[in-house]
Amino acid sequence: MEILVCIKRVPDTSENELQLNTGGNDIERDDLVYSINEPDNYAVEEALQIVARTGGNVTVATVGGEDDEEVLRREMAMGAKQGVLLSDEAFNGSDGKGIATILKSYVEKNHYDLILTGVQADDGAAQVGGMLAALLDYPFASLVNSIEVVDGQKLRIGREIEGGNKEVNEIDLPCVLSIQTGINEPRYVGMKGIRQVASIEIPALSASDLGVAEATVGEAGAKVTRIDYFVPALGKGAEILQGGREENVEKVIELVKARGGVN
Amino acid sequence: MGRIFAYITHKNGVADDSALELAMAARKIDPSASPTALITGWGSAIDAASASVASSYAEVWKISNEKLAYPNAELVRKALVQVVPAGSIVLVPHDHFGIDLGPGLSVRLNAAFVSDVLAVDATEGGFLRAVRQEFGGQVSAHVRCDLSSGAVITIRPGAFKVPAGATQNGTIVDKSAEIGALESGRRYIETIAAESGDVDITRHPILVSIGRGIQDKDNIAIAEELAVALGAAVSCSRPVVDAKWLPKSRQVGSSGQTVKPKVYLACGISGSFQHLAGIKGNPFIVAINKNPKAPIFQVADVGIVDDILEFLPEMTDKLKQVAVG
Repeated sequence: MEILVCIKRVPDTSENELQLNTGGNDIERDDLVYSINEPDNYAVEEALQIVARTGGNVTVATVGGEDDEEVLRREMAMGAKQGVLLSDEAFNGSDGKGIATILKSYVEKNHYDLILTGVQADDGAAQVGGMLAALLDYPFASLVNSIEVVDGQKLRIGREIEGGNKEVNEIDLPCVLSIQTGINEPRYVGMKGIRQVASIEIPALSASDLGVAEATVGEAGAKVTRIDYFVPALGKGAEILQGGREENVEKVIELVKARGGVN
Repeated sequence: MGRIFAYITHKNGVADDSALELAMAARKIDPSASPTALITGWGSAIDAASASVASSYAEVWKISNEKLAYPNAELVRKALVQVVPAGSIVLVPHDHFGIDLGPGLSVRLNAAFVSDVLAVDATEGGFLRAVRQEFGGQVSAHVRCDLSSGAVITIRPGAFKVPAGATQNGTIVDKSAEIGALESGRRYIETIAAESGDVDITRHPILVSIGRGIQDKDNIAIAEELAVALGAAVSCSRPVVDAKWLPKSRQVGSSGQTVKPKVYLACGISGSFQHLAGIKGNPFIVAINKNPKAPIFQVADVGIVDDILEFLPEMTDKLKQVAVG
């Protein structure tokens, strides 16, 4: 099976305390730790496990610039055969539909049986996979937390729905699935693995290489644009205890005792 | 501006809470609008659900079809595209169904797509200005959406508060005949119920709940020791289950358990909305997190900026001393 996984390099929110820049139009990006978008990493692992059973190859693609090559290499070190960078100034400022349009052009120039994305990225929109499927006229399923290959024509997939329940579907290939975290246990990638793929060439494809009409992507094609970032004053917020650790420990015990009882 | 529709999700003939929230969101987008409910389903379930939402919407467009008995988003999308006029605004709840339906629907309707909207600021000159969150809720953003060719907007559950009263005597319009044949490359098979676990976290008055900040499987013991000392149970957020450190039955959140404790100790939990959606009954929340910007501090009653790997063991030691003394 030939599998494409669409990935993104994002600021690692578990490692960073995000600040707004002075203009308020972006977060302060200097000194941020970037990494692979976590659900995308699960998607790559799932793709690798599928081809280990059925044969075939995994390709990883991202829309971005030179800096984004590092996540392609990271996923190649996991076992993806090929990385592809879709890169053009005309892509800057794309909304979700723009990104999906770029990916669609790439998919149409190649052949994939299965296309995976992470369920969502740093913007929390959970949109590109579903849009890509609609543009390609492929079936789509989101929040996928299990995949079983039935035969060369179809998969049996589980979707994570409310309350920990699982919705089971059969879906025809080719299709697009958005992968939920926890579907597998992504393999560890060490520095050695990354060095081993360091010399593999990563092709960069531009708008004209892909045959993307520039008016449909980037700022020109975007119907949705971000105006600014802000930190909301939601509710009253917590009373932050300012004492030393020992004092705080005693205070918390007192509060818990008063409200929930302690044996 | 086009007509505003609200897609109604329902189960066993009962409309979801989002049905009223979407009506509220529609009024924020256009105070003069009379939004139309869109409902799909089959048999007595759709009839009951349609009748119930007719008290909140002036018009209810009903699409009844045996193939829509289970809400397979692929088929629902095909049905909606047949009846929704070009340029319309379609509101959908941002849940496991809306995430499945919305993005593809926007492409099919050639409409803009805005996801997981928390608030609507204004609609001016054919543009909508809305509020969403990014980076796991650490930062909010204003977005501008061009409504000239319509929009599909998913609305965060619980974000739009519904005032009491205000009832409509809505008309139900049957659109079932307009949708033609429904086929999809994706077929619903069955729903597998969540497994019940060793500990029922929904029944405990005190929860020591751990998140990504626990860092390692070996550190779970730190939380368990504190739970023993407190007479509490250990629950967790999604990353802990993803890493297979605790079973799914211990997960609090929209895709896990809904809990109603008296006290909730959120330890190393950032506080995503999916996690908070699983905490009901207005418990006293104590948040301990290294990151002072963690969204959990906005909903907690008391917060401590500290490393749980050091704070929790000290709390356990202190409780043991008290017990002995």
